[in-house]
Amino acid sequence: MPQVKVLSKRYDEPDAHTLEGYTRLDGWRALKRVLGQDPAALRDVVKDSGLRGRGGAGFPTGLKWSFVPQDTGKPVYLVVNADESEPGTFKDRELMERDPFQLIEGIICSAYALNSPRSFIFIRGEYLFPGIRLEEALAEAYAAGYLGEDIQGSGFSHHITLHYGSGAYICGEETALLEALEGRRGQPRLRPPFPAVAGLYASPTVINNVESIAAAGQIMEHGANWWKQWGPERSPGTKLFCVSGEVARPGNYEFPMGTPAREIIEEACGGMLPGRNLKFWAPGGSSTPLLTAEHYDVPMDFDSIAQAGSLMGTGAMMMYSDKTSVIEATLNWIRFYEHESCGKCTPCREGNFWVGQILERMLGGRGRPEDIDTLDELADNIFGRSFCALADGATSSVKSSIKYFREEYEYLIANGRLPEHIEAHAGPIADNAQSDRPRMMVGTGHV
Amino acid sequence: MFSPENRAKAEGLVDRYPVKRSALLPLLHLVQYQDGYVSADGVAECAELLDLTKAEVAAVSTFYTMYKREPMGRHLVSVCTNFSCAVRGGKEVYQRLSDHLGVGHDETTEDGAITLEHAECLGNCEGAPLVNVDYLAYEMVGPDAAVELVEALRRGEQPEPTRGMLPPGVREASHRLAGIGPIDPEGPGQRLGLATKEHGAVPVADAGPGIATGVIAFGAPSAPVADSQPADEEDLDEAQADSPAGDADAVRDAAAAEGVDADEIAEEAAPSAADPAVEGAATEGDS
Amino acid sequence: MSDVAPEKPKLIPITIDGQQIEVEPGTLVIRAAEQIGVTIPRFCDHPLLDPVAACRQCLVDVDGARKPTPACSEQVRPDMVIRTQETSELARQYQRSQMELLLVNHPLDCPQCDKGGECPLQDQAMEVGPGESRMYEKKRVFTKALPINAQISLDRERCVLCARCTRFSKQISGDPFIELFERGALEQVSIYGDQPYESYFAGNVVQICPVGALTSNSYRFGARPFDIKRIPGIAFQDASGANVRHDVRKGVIQRTLARTNLAVNDAWLDDKNRYGYEFIASPDRLTTPLLRGDTGSLQPASWVRAVDAAAEVLKDVKPEEVAILTGGRLTDEDAYAVSRFARDVVGTDNVDFRTSPHPDDLTVLPTIAGDTTVTNTLVEQAPVVVIAGLEPHEELPLLFLRLRKAWRQNQQKIVVVGPVLGRLEEIAWQWIPTEVGGEAAALQALATGDHELLAPITDVLGADTVVLAGERLSGSPDALPAAHALADAVGGAFAWVPRRPGSRGAVEAGLLPGSLPGGRPLATPGPVADVWNRVPSAPGKDAASVFADAIDGTIKVIWLIGVDPVADFVDADLARRALESVQTVIASDLMPTESVRRADIVFPAAAPTERVGSFTSWEGRRQAWPQATGAAGHVLPDWDIVRQVARGMGTDLGWETANDVRREAAPLMAVTDERGPSVAEGTVWSSQAPSPDRPLAVAPVPFLLQEATMLADAKELLASAPPASVWVNPADADGLTDGHLVTVTGPDGSVELTLAVTPSVAQGAVVVPTTALRELGAGMTHVGLAPASSPSTPDTASAGDA
Repeated sequence: MPQVKVLSKRYDEPDAHTLEGYTRLDGWRALKRVLGQDPAALRDVVKDSGLRGRGGAGFPTGLKWSFVPQDTGKPVYLVVNADESEPGTFKDRELMERDPFQLIEGIICSAYALNSPRSFIFIRGEYLFPGIRLEEALAEAYAAGYLGEDIQGSGFSHHITLHYGSGAYICGEETALLEALEGRRGQPRLRPPFPAVAGLYASPTVINNVESIAAAGQIMEHGANWWKQWGPERSPGTKLFCVSGEVARPGNYEFPMGTPAREIIEEACGGMLPGRNLKFWAPGGSSTPLLTAEHYDVPMDFDSIAQAGSLMGTGAMMMYSDKTSVIEATLNWIRFYEHESCGKCTPCREGNFWVGQILERMLGGRGRPEDIDTLDELADNIFGRSFCALADGATSSVKSSIKYFREEYEYLIANGRLPEHIEAHAGPIADNAQSDRPRMMVGTGHV
Repeated sequence: MFSPENRAKAEGLVDRYPVKRSALLPLLHLVQYQDGYVSADGVAECAELLDLTKAEVAAVSTFYTMYKREPMGRHLVSVCTNFSCAVRGGKEVYQRLSDHLGVGHDETTEDGAITLEHAECLGNCEGAPLVNVDYLAYEMVGPDAAVELVEALRRGEQPEPTRGMLPPGVREASHRLAGIGPIDPEGPGQRLGLATKEHGAVPVADAGPGIATGVIAFGAPSAPVADSQPADEEDLDEAQADSPAGDADAVRDAAAAEGVDADEIAEEAAPSAADPAVEGAATEGDS
Repeated sequence: MSDVAPEKPKLIPITIDGQQIEVEPGTLVIRAAEQIGVTIPRFCDHPLLDPVAACRQCLVDVDGARKPTPACSEQVRPDMVIRTQETSELARQYQRSQMELLLVNHPLDCPQCDKGGECPLQDQAMEVGPGESRMYEKKRVFTKALPINAQISLDRERCVLCARCTRFSKQISGDPFIELFERGALEQVSIYGDQPYESYFAGNVVQICPVGALTSNSYRFGARPFDIKRIPGIAFQDASGANVRHDVRKGVIQRTLARTNLAVNDAWLDDKNRYGYEFIASPDRLTTPLLRGDTGSLQPASWVRAVDAAAEVLKDVKPEEVAILTGGRLTDEDAYAVSRFARDVVGTDNVDFRTSPHPDDLTVLPTIAGDTTVTNTLVEQAPVVVIAGLEPHEELPLLFLRLRKAWRQNQQKIVVVGPVLGRLEEIAWQWIPTEVGGEAAALQALATGDHELLAPITDVLGADTVVLAGERLSGSPDALPAAHALADAVGGAFAWVPRRPGSRGAVEAGLLPGSLPGGRPLATPGPVADVWNRVPSAPGKDAASVFADAIDGTIKVIWLIGVDPVADFVDADLARRALESVQTVIASDLMPTESVRRADIVFPAAAPTERVGSFTSWEGRRQAWPQATGAAGHVLPDWDIVRQVARGMGTDLGWETANDVRREAAPLMAVTDERGPSVAEGTVWSSQAPSPDRPLAVAPVPFLLQEATMLADAKELLASAPPASVWVNPADADGLTDGHLVTVTGPDGSVELTLAVTPSVAQGAVVVPTTALRELGAGMTHVGLAPASSPSTPDTASAGDA
């Protein structure tokens, strides 16, 4: 399956981020088609398309929308999750940088379908440049009557507020995001009540990933069957895959769902770096269990990856070679989860702390033979027992690295050091997918 | 304390959200714009603006890594050390910068030019190793290039990043992060803040006479009620005019501010069919 | 007041550990398990706090669940099949694993930890924890013992971050000065900087802490759970009737804890009731009778000599020349004994338990004797509560918690009438701010319902409305009767809410001039006449008239029982002059108060825990308690003191024990149809017009933590109190801001206090602590406010003296 450009179709256009460019490049077609239609019918289109959420969990977007009660007397809020913080994930960033209007149009269409008067884009604070691109686009959209009161004379009104986060991975979890948006510590909420019923300000709330909302806009424009032309039945559509690590040309590449990993890496990314062979990889960010070279041909869709023992996640393919230590990777990520744990529940707060301590001791040459089983058991004691999915994700690399690379652990414990062939690093990237795309400097990026 | 100018911006932020506590994260960015870190004054002022205790504000500010405990230097240099950058040399970049600048994580050089931090994945793995200056991306930066970069920054230069804009200084970046656009309201650049608390407002129960309107009607002991008139007719008119809408906000905000779960706010706030703000339709147009 | 019976919800069938039971919808699994006697281990769970599911200790195995289920947050579903640690190895494994994780960073300092021996973590670690740790690495450490207020210390490394304390402060008391700071493995409970956890309820977080992280300084390292006796008691610092437990070692209270009683205090206690026990063991206690000797100083004397001296004095004067004034600490037994002693033995009706007597009391209070309609439960369930003359946060903190709970859980509509909204600002639905003294007009307007502006309120008043009138309300002319009339007019319920523990019992016992036990007027004594030998025919004088007449010389003997009028009386100067003029002062008290120092005969009285007794709470709930502590010196309970003096005067009242008194009193104090307003005459206080230099009308509020006889030696408690302050409306602040030191000026003097600028005080009014009033002048109703010396102008210390 070759690369397709659906969500990324304007990535190569230098002025796609301007209202003028976007309009010229077939922008606003979805909105024109949507305004005036029956919102319920539009929700059905998204449901029928089988679109699954692109933020990690893969929950069907249309189904999520159908949970929202429309008659509570409270406003329905749409919250766009642009808190893209999963290590290895940068697909939403490029979408917002290069094609911010696509997101905005997707939001307006989705809001129309949901009868929502107000939406919030919760963007991670470190995404200052994509944020500024969105701010500029929002200002232009307001000025041109695409936002605000009586949009394009349709009688529909909608307002979008861009809201920067402040540095917390956990805010990608939707209820933690709501807490942050309400001005609190980003700690996940108990469910029920589910956000669809009582989310932001205790009102019905839909929370969708940037890529999901952009896709939903296009689906409402072209119809459910159009979307289903790509990918397997249970994972329809195209997907932005963000590839990083030891490949020749990392970057964002859009492929139909179900494209084998090998094809994405070999054809789009130029394969692994010269002299390096694939050893282990995460198919959907550091929270997804590691796979090995054996799984190189796994089709990149929700079900196939699950069958292979991992998860689709965000589609962030992190590729590492035989010169890289899986234990170092695991410690790196465990420290990440320890740092990003919100602290609310015991297994995540204490468990990640402890796992990190053990791994660090091992890499410091003071491993004990029983450490491997302790780690494995600890991961089991954390997985599924914590408050939210953060800690589940944290255990992924621990469990899978022991499963596939137990001998590396044993070598480390026995010898007090990693095998000789492990190298410190592969050197800076020289060329990536962005190299071919227009340079992006903000002409009006005034402070 | 916010300067008068920033105070006005802060009040604008408070006015932006259907429940004012939502303004807390942006307000803390605004504090960092003014003070370069989350200062004690800033915490107190956020608490005052949002009817929170200082503990509640600091509980939030200490949760997020972008809020700093000490004044930042002119530029914030963040080095990604998560694994896709680490495998490309991110840790060496950080170590070299740390050695070169003589500062550790979250520390500032003596000349006040640079605050250094190692950061978790900054979402730019295709450019590993990544260095951010004031949250703007410098991709594929090896240790030598990183040293050149910070030296240029120290000299007061603004090396061009791979994407974005010239790093303006972290305080200026904080202004943008507060969600209030460029610093100069008359200068070039886009305008935001068009939506206000009225857009998509949560309906609340009606509130009644009295609260915050001053003494009403009842003064003279034993005076027959029918005869009692407010000392100042305008006060009473105001009292009537102000309720329910103005007071409703006060009650709702107070509930929200005091940490009542959102569920309860909602239940207390029995839907009011008459509230036009529900559909976000009857509010003023963009200004 | 019959409740509209809500439709009984259908019960939900579930299976726990093989047992099939039916529980109410919404029941949490952890509660359902308790119903069959299974205690699922837990730390963060607390039945009165919202579930948080943070500690994960309560994981159980539920059929069909993809993951282990936290029992503390999961509600039952029909046909749910739950297996706890009792029947499931899986559940046991879950719980073992979480315990191991909880202990990863927990220090092994149980031997010196105050919680050792009564620690849920210790107990559950013994039960389900691993015998040995697999943790070889370094544990997290924090600086030890962070003080979070003057009374409470926090050891963060012991904390398991269950968030009980922070949820309490946020959800229950609404003063979130403690919060969770930082995140991840560094998450910790803390206060902000130097802003202490100033809450009247702070002590509760010590009690609900499931580990030794939060400890009270007054108990820290003081005792061990195995060498203290746990003795039930009733709160003696206010009229709440809160159920407490005194932990006693060698006859001395080491700490007081709340006992759970959902009908009274839930599981909570305010800090005054929790920490206000130090006076009992104070070295300053009166421990022996004193007689004023030939040299003019008070000298120790034997009980026999002191009793004879008192009997002699009382026999030497005419009955109507004697007055007996009592205070708020008297138990029901004491109050009855004094009531009978005055009327039956001495023959005087000059009795009064009030320190701020107003004539409206005499018409209303006798009619509520024996009335138990309004309870905490009724207050909690009432859709609308009208409050006047009461700032519950300062005057009856546990009632404030009850109102806050009703607001939070039942969306109760709270209507406040009067010049002060105070801490009710957070939860009040409506405030009708009046001028000082304007309550009656507002209450009447609510009753008649003909005031347009009040329509939103009058629309919701009805049979399920509760009207709460504070003891201060009678200080506002006609307001107390108006509040009672409002309840009658809407068909709702009325309660008089006194502050002090013995006040309601004093009403029941007839410690008001003209009022006999059960609120009976002198003219219709009913069964009282059968028990007592005589009942006065003419009504007596209230406390203010007593003092006035003492100066005139028509009152010759004043017996003060548990009252210190020189400090507490509304016109302290009048009281001082009266005690100086009167021929003889007898005083029964705990401490050498200012009034005691002016007495001629002094009896040392027993503290509440040194004897058995009972208090009638503001609800009319009579609760008895056993003796908890050893008696200091030669003290006696007040009922026994009057019994001894009666015997010295030749009358045997027939009591040998407190139970004898109670048995005699109970039928007389029960609710009766013979209740009625007293015919005694009371004093009307003169009022003074505002003047340019004294423009603000005073709304006196007795702040919770201010110096008082029964707070003697409670140093940490008093140190944890917010500074004494005056509250004014922003419109009256005149440019002054919060925290400014201001000079408050009355006709007789001035005091310096901290200013609090708050919209919860009506314009034109100023809240002044009652302790400050006596400096300002007798009968004072208006004060002036001016900045005291400010740092920039150090030479204006007397700026207020205009």
